[in-house]
Amino acid sequence: MTADRNTAGAAPPRTLFAKVWDAHVVAQEAGAPALLYIDLHLVHEVTSPQAFAGLRARGMSVRRPERTVATVDHSIPTVPDGAAAADAMAAAQIARMEENAQREGIRLYGTQSPGRGIVHVIGPELGLTQPGMTVVCGDSHTSTHGAFGALAFGIGTSEVEHVLATQCLLQRRPGVFEVRLTGRRPAGVTAKDIVLALLARIGVGGGTSHVFEYAGEGVRSLGMEERMTICNMSIEGGARAGMMAPDDTTFEYIAGREFAPKGKAWENALGRWRTLPGDEGAKFDRSLTIDLGELTPMITFGTNPGMGLPIGDPVPSPDDLPDATQASALRKALAYMALEPGRPLLGRPVDVVFIGSCTNGRISDLRQAASVLRGRTVAPSVRVLVVPGSLAVRRQAEAEGLDRVFLAAGAEWRNAGCSMCIAMNGDQLSPGQYAVSTSNRNFEGRQGKGGRTFLASPLTAAASAVTGRITDARRLDAEGVRS
Amino acid sequence: MKEFTRCSSRMVPLLVDNVDTDQIIPARFLKVTDKLGLGEHLFADWRYGADGRPKADFILNDARAQGAEILLAGDNFGCGSSREHAPWALAGFGFRAVISTSFADIFANNALKNGLLPLRLGGEDYRRVVALAAADPAARVTIDVSSQTLELPGGVRCAFPLDAFAKTCLLEGVDELGYILRFRDRIEAFEQAAGRS
Repeated sequence: MTADRNTAGAAPPRTLFAKVWDAHVVAQEAGAPALLYIDLHLVHEVTSPQAFAGLRARGMSVRRPERTVATVDHSIPTVPDGAAAADAMAAAQIARMEENAQREGIRLYGTQSPGRGIVHVIGPELGLTQPGMTVVCGDSHTSTHGAFGALAFGIGTSEVEHVLATQCLLQRRPGVFEVRLTGRRPAGVTAKDIVLALLARIGVGGGTSHVFEYAGEGVRSLGMEERMTICNMSIEGGARAGMMAPDDTTFEYIAGREFAPKGKAWENALGRWRTLPGDEGAKFDRSLTIDLGELTPMITFGTNPGMGLPIGDPVPSPDDLPDATQASALRKALAYMALEPGRPLLGRPVDVVFIGSCTNGRISDLRQAASVLRGRTVAPSVRVLVVPGSLAVRRQAEAEGLDRVFLAAGAEWRNAGCSMCIAMNGDQLSPGQYAVSTSNRNFEGRQGKGGRTFLASPLTAAASAVTGRITDARRLDAEGVRS
Repeated sequence: MKEFTRCSSRMVPLLVDNVDTDQIIPARFLKVTDKLGLGEHLFADWRYGADGRPKADFILNDARAQGAEILLAGDNFGCGSSREHAPWALAGFGFRAVISTSFADIFANNALKNGLLPLRLGGEDYRRVVALAAADPAARVTIDVSSQTLELPGGVRCAFPLDAFAKTCLLEGVDELGYILRFRDRIEAFEQAAGRS
């Protein structure tokens, strides 16, 4: 867009992040944040009503309604017969989203739409999410869309209003944190295990004020849905966004989807997208390498996603931590979880298994869970919810007969939504219950007041559903539970 | 947004690291369509027992929290979700500043847009302030945005970082959207140049 962009010989090598950022800076005044153009604005019912109200109070309307896409996912119930919202407030919030979208001329995947689903599942599925874009949503898991080489991050409601009004946002340029994935992962190690291993290494504040740029042959070997799982939980490391350079895997995923470019426009887009990967020699502010060959299935034991460990390891002891603050945080977490240090989680009884969410609610996740549950039954003591991330995922799963696998095993086959990941829609844990959950947050009360969450992969979740205890899916046959 | 120049208050210590926004305001309170009334749900699950009564041992239920405007928090405050309900709830309770060694990015952005100052101190100053709050619960400290200092009793001043833009917004009560709207022509030109019109 600017002349100096063409003097390639003099330009220093740039990261993927820098290329996308630079291409979207509308203005940059000295001492002020950059004014960044937003290509795609995703909106849901929980974080938008105050933004639309603010816009109206100023007598403004949405600047680019065609760049805004809305759905209802957080407070919508997932009961299979499509019953009404959990309560009057949730119903009012859903109705407000639908009114706001209609008034502003925004495309809405509402309660009755077959395209409805979790905002971070439907964006990619509809082909709305594309490489090189800036994507925002009033939702921290917007980082998911970075799997396509987009710069995608969560924003607050004031910022939702800014984007509705101007299609722009004021942003301070973050640092770039390279996460290099090398080696080949052993069988039974999923994308969820990779990201939980990263979080266990850096902690929940390790990526603050940075964007993760995942690189290395370990990324190339991942499918798009696996990439989304990893980028999704970048925010759990404190990074606003996680990005992966687009490649043929990316292009194959996008091709032919509803909002993907078609014909000549597709060829042009491919040409642009192929220039996005970071240049050789581009500098990162921080770097870290993870050898996938050393990983095993991971599970969390504490009350933040950084408190994770290899599934066979014992729960750490506060007495082994030299830092008093860390020791006290661990003590607090173990008290909430009612866990004893020094003992492994394996074999520990659980009450609920939740398979779903924007982290692990896509078709490949459901296929993994079904591969474990096929021909098996869930333990009678466990409630198992399988919640597709979107109605399209639900239809695809049914076309493949996965719903029958889940139902035959004794699991609940639910409607699409955020469900028990956010616990504001009727799906929630009771106080004191333990859950193995494929979602992204194990904060105190996240899945219901007093509920206790172990985050893990769909394989681990499904294996634990079968035994009723925390189970390593690789050892399920050894436990002799196939019926 | 209301201007923020100075604030003088007792501190309310909540010295837990990695306090996430699900603790600040649990998701079940996010079904609102306005910003009001969230202060009473601030830290709901730590603040109220199963019977709905205030827990005597939680700091927000202590007399020193009543009327206080400064929360003294642990590292990486506000991690987790992007919900702006978190600063709305803190401001709704009456807080005007949160002191910590670091803040989650989205929380800090959201806080500033609501005139709630995320005040970051270096380790040594932070420890000094924590010691002060422990030794003298009634101690008042004064935040001065213009000089970017936190003044302790006895005149000790701790400097804190604040970028020039955020500082101007606080001091003058600048509405960020108003600032962005000044770039209307640039936005239009950008859309045309980039084929986004």
